[in-house]
Order: sequence, then C-alpha cells, then structure tokens
Amino acid sequence: MSQSRAADDADGTPPDPGQTWDLRLYVTGRSPKCQRAMENLRRTCEENLAGRYRIEVVDLLENPRLAAEDQILAVPTMVRKLPLPMRQVVGDLSDTDRLLVGLQLRPSRSKAP
Amino acid sequence: MDAQLAGLAKARGPELAKEPTGIAGLDQVTGGGLPRGRVTLVAGSAGAGKTLLGLQFLVAGARDNAEPGVLLTFEESAAKVAANVRSLGFDLDQLQRDGLLVVLSFRVEPAEIVGTGEFDFEPLFVTLDEAIGRVGAKRVVLDTIEVLFGAFGDDSIVRGELSRLARWLEERGVTAIVTGERGEKGLTRHGMEEYVSDCVISLDHRVREDVSTRRLRVVKYRGSVHGTNEYPFLISASGLVVLPVTSITLDYPAPQERVSLGVARLDHMVGGGVFRGSTVLVSGTAGTGKTSLGAHLVNAACGRGERALLVLLEESPEQVLRNMRSLGLDLRSWTDSGLLRIWAARPSSIGLETHLAALADLAGQVAPSVAVLDGVASLAFAASAPETTAMVARQVDLLKARGITTMMTALGDGDETSAVGVSSLVDTWLLLRNAESNGERNRLLFVLKSRGSAHSNQVREFVLTDHGIELVDAYIGPEGVLTGSARLARQAAERDAARRQADDLDRRRRDLRRSIAEHEARLVAVQDELAAQRAELGRVDARGLEQAADIEADRAAMAAQRWADAAPGGEVRR
Repeated sequence: MSQSRAADDADGTPPDPGQTWDLRLYVTGRSPKCQRAMENLRRTCEENLAGRYRIEVVDLLENPRLAAEDQILAVPTMVRKLPLPMRQVVGDLSDTDRLLVGLQLRPSRSKAP
Repeated sequence: MDAQLAGLAKARGPELAKEPTGIAGLDQVTGGGLPRGRVTLVAGSAGAGKTLLGLQFLVAGARDNAEPGVLLTFEESAAKVAANVRSLGFDLDQLQRDGLLVVLSFRVEPAEIVGTGEFDFEPLFVTLDEAIGRVGAKRVVLDTIEVLFGAFGDDSIVRGELSRLARWLEERGVTAIVTGERGEKGLTRHGMEEYVSDCVISLDHRVREDVSTRRLRVVKYRGSVHGTNEYPFLISASGLVVLPVTSITLDYPAPQERVSLGVARLDHMVGGGVFRGSTVLVSGTAGTGKTSLGAHLVNAACGRGERALLVLLEESPEQVLRNMRSLGLDLRSWTDSGLLRIWAARPSSIGLETHLAALADLAGQVAPSVAVLDGVASLAFAASAPETTAMVARQVDLLKARGITTMMTALGDGDETSAVGVSSLVDTWLLLRNAESNGERNRLLFVLKSRGSAHSNQVREFVLTDHGIELVDAYIGPEGVLTGSARLARQAAERDAARRQADDLDRRRRDLRRSIAEHEARLVAVQDELAAQRAELGRVDARGLEQAADIEADRAAMAAQRWADAAPGGEVRR
C-alpha cells in the first residue's frame, strides 16, 4: 500500500528521457475488446513514445495457468513493467487520458473515484 | 415459511440433489447439504467464518466424498490460507499433492489498477476452467469475490461478469460457494444475492462484552425445506460446528432406570434417584455445597464403574480434588483409573461458543454416563442473560441427546427464580439455601421439582461430614426451621425432656407399687383380724349357749327342789 502511494507521487514527475517502456498486453484470443486494446495501445505509444517502447502480447488461452501466476483477472490488461512502479491498466484502453496516466506520461489529476 | 417451502418442494417433485458440507449441524439444517450443481452465497461480516465454511466444504468433498475441489481466494495467499486451517486438521498442501484440491489466489490492488474502458473476466473463467479440469473438481469456492467491485473502474461490468460467472459455474456442473461481505443495507455489500439465488446462508458474528457469539441462518434455499431459525455455531478444534438446538425435536428417549445421586437419603427424596438421562439443576448461594453434591454424583457413577465427566467453570481441578478429599471422596482415584475426566475452563476467557464446542468434543471422547457442569452461572459473565440461557439450553440438549445424566450447579440467590433461567429445561431441581440463625449458617435442601417422580416435600438439613454429605431431618420449631447447633440443642432438650419424663414415670410406678404392696399387706392384716374376730364371735356364741343350758339346768334343778311350776314370767321378775 505504502509502495503504491509513493508511486502516485512518482506519477507526477516526468520519467528519465532515456527510459524504455516495457509493456505487456494480456488477451484471451482475438476478442473485439482485445483487438481494440491492441490498436489503442499501439497508436498511443506511436504518438507518445515512438522508438522507446516494447509491447509483448500474451494470450492466456494458450497458457491458462499464466493468469494465476501473473495475477491477471481481467482482459484486456496492459501491464507496465517499466518504468517502475508496475502498473496495470485494465480495459480496452479507449480512454486515452487514463491510458496516458497509466503509462506515466501524464500526472494523475485526481485519485480514481 | 417452512410449510410453504415444504409444499413448494413437493410441487417440484423429488428433493434436490444435495452435497454434504461436512459441517456438523449445517447438513441437518439444510436437509442434506448445499444444492448440487448450484451456487450458494455465504454472506457475513469479516471474521464471521465464511472462509472456513468454504474450506470445510472443500475438504469434506476431497477427503470424505472423493470430490476434488478448487479454492479461489482473493483474500489471502494460498500459503496463508493453508497455514490458517492447519490447526483444524486440514492439510491443504497434502490434498493438493494428492490432486484433490487446487488453491488459487488472486490479489486485487485497486491502487495499482487503472481502468480504461471495456473489459471482461475471461482470465478468471480460463483459470477456473483449467483448475476444474485438472483435478476433476466437483466443488468450487470463490472467497471473497466481491473485492472485484471498485477495482476496475466500471462496476456495472463487474456485476455482469459475476452474473455470467454464476451461470457458467452451474453449466460447468460444479457445486459452488461464493462468499460476500455483509452490507449496510442488503445481505452483501454489492448485492451478490441478486445473481446467486438458489441458496443463501448468512453468518453473523456478534461480540458482546468481549465474547463472541456466532450465528448462522439459511436465508433462502430454493426448492428445499430448511430450518429458518438463527442457529448458533462455533469454530471448534475440528472446524465449524452448527448447533441446531431449536431444531432438536423433544424426542429424547426417557428411560425408566434410576441413577443414584450418591447420597442415599437424597435419592429417597426424589423417588429413588433421578431418571437416567435426565437433567438436575442444583441452585443455591455461595458455599451451600453445590460442588460437593456434584462430586457425589460423579463419585457414585465411578463407583458403579461408569464413566463420568466433571466440568469445572469456576474452580481448578486440584482445588476440587482437595476439597472433595476432605469430604471423604477420593476423586483422584477415579481420574487415575480413567473413569473420571475433569475439565476446567472459564467460559468468560474462551467464549461461550468455544466452550460449548469443547464440551461437545469431550462428551464425544469420554462418552460419560453422567456429567456435572459445575458453576453454569459463570456462563453469565461471558454473555447476556438470554445468550446464557440459550447456551445452557444447548449444553443440556447436547448432553441429553447423548443420554447423559447431567447435573448443573448454578449460583442463585437462594430463591426459586433460577439465576440462569433454565429451570424449565431441567427435570429435577434441588435448591440449597443457607439458613442463618444463632450466629451460624446452616444448609437446607429442598426438592423444588422432580418430573415424573413422587418426591419429598420436606426440607432437609444438608451436612457436610468427613464421610460425605448427610441429610438430616430439619426440626421445625415456632421460630422456623431449626438447623445446626439450634437443631442439636433442640435435639438435646428433647432427649432431656424424654429422659425426665421416663424418670417421672418410673418414680410414680415405684410409688404406686409400694403403695399397692402396703395396701395389700394392710388388707391381709385386716382379713386376719376379721377372721380372728369371727372366730371369737363363734366362741362367744358357743359359750352363751352353754351358759343358757347351764341356767336352764340349774333352774330345773331348783324347781325340782322347790317343787314349783315352771313359770315363763319368772325370769321377768328376775
């Protein structure tokens, strides 16, 4: 908890310019939601992090035990592995503002209700 | 409501197939267990025992019914869950190694999650599907799935997904339990009861005066008859135990056999001992000898070679062993020989539920023919009056159902309203009372009631001697009942009076005898004198006749001499 509160504060400070974004997108098959998330993520990254990101797509249907191991309950879920702290962004990523917050590219204006 | 449900069940045809929960009492209340192939909601506040109920259901399935299970917990890590229930004898690790159980845990940290748009819980379904398939699970527990609310931004999606999950579990053919936190308004915080509508069980955990009381209620059981009351339950050394006291029909066997209370005159007062399996209440003020009476009962039972259980709620075993020794009761020899089990525990320190659970365990282990609960009024320190009464009732039920002859001793203020309000539950009620007089206190014993037995209406004085309890007839004098030294003084006085009376009679008897002897002697003397006088009279008469004859002869001689005629008047002249 305390770690995540510290993370909120860290969200406000812009990351190191040399930083690479290491992202993982969990999906189950090729459902429309997952497809949409994939498109939204790629577009946002291209627009904001061109050349500085890596996206790994993990299909949980191919390895059902991975969900419990990686603690993924919902799909689509984008996990920001780097920059730290780790952050999960759940949903089809259609809300670009919130996605940018999740990518630590924009300070969180307010705590999520 | 029950009758209504019974009608409903009949209308639907045969009863639902049910899965035994392995929880003593719950299967009884639900008429066999949870609905097979359906989802049951277990709702309750934190610490109410929801997780344990779920785990016990899984363990019972895996261990006893060859039905593997899956636990999906959102509350704690798998290792922590396993550690928590190890003390209850549930070896989750072993069950997992045996392929009978899968434990999955998900941690949901809302602060680490940002919600952006649509999502679903497909990974949850995939995970469950894989786990169910892996062990061939028949039982699934989701604990507490409500943490998903509020974590992903859009709760309407969560709601829809959980509804879909419930349907999916039913399609999958597993019997499932989902747990939910008690809410402010509804049964659960997020209205889980809306998606899970076949069976709803509510657990309640009240803490009053530092002592917890747990209750379980089957709120809803579609298509099945169920008990609708709140049933107390407890978490014992072997898990959850539901005590459906109110569902126990009053159909105990009623043996005719009498059991001695260990005090011969007391047995006589209640018609030759109490009935086997009946319940005796001994109430009285402090120091009236309640514990001693209990000790006599167990002593007598052990003397007959029967097993006995002595539950001490106020004193330590050593203290009681020592005190009873001074009454000439060697209880230690019975504990040594294994016939007597003494268990001491303050209910206020462990809580009523735990206490009852331990008692149930003991009653099962020892299988005594008699049991003494010494100091049940101290249960009242652990709870409010109605709870205490309910608890005592459950204890009585528990022991009675096993055919154990039970004596409870309770501190009462000496009048006929029992401190723990359980008099209607008991078959025989002995009241001990202190009578204060002449600067001393003495004990009196009354038989207030004895169901099904002619019993003495007399007050007896109750004396503790070095060879046990003795009952002595109490003396009733003008000042009331005489006890103790007053009784002794009265007895002495009565003895004196009797002796004096006897002495008086003797004296009088002696006097009369003497007088009679005197009179008899006098009578003999008088009779002698009378005889003598009669004899004298005879002699006098004889002499008179002789003289007359002599005179006649003389006169004749003289006449002859004078030649005179005999003149009768001659004598007149003379």
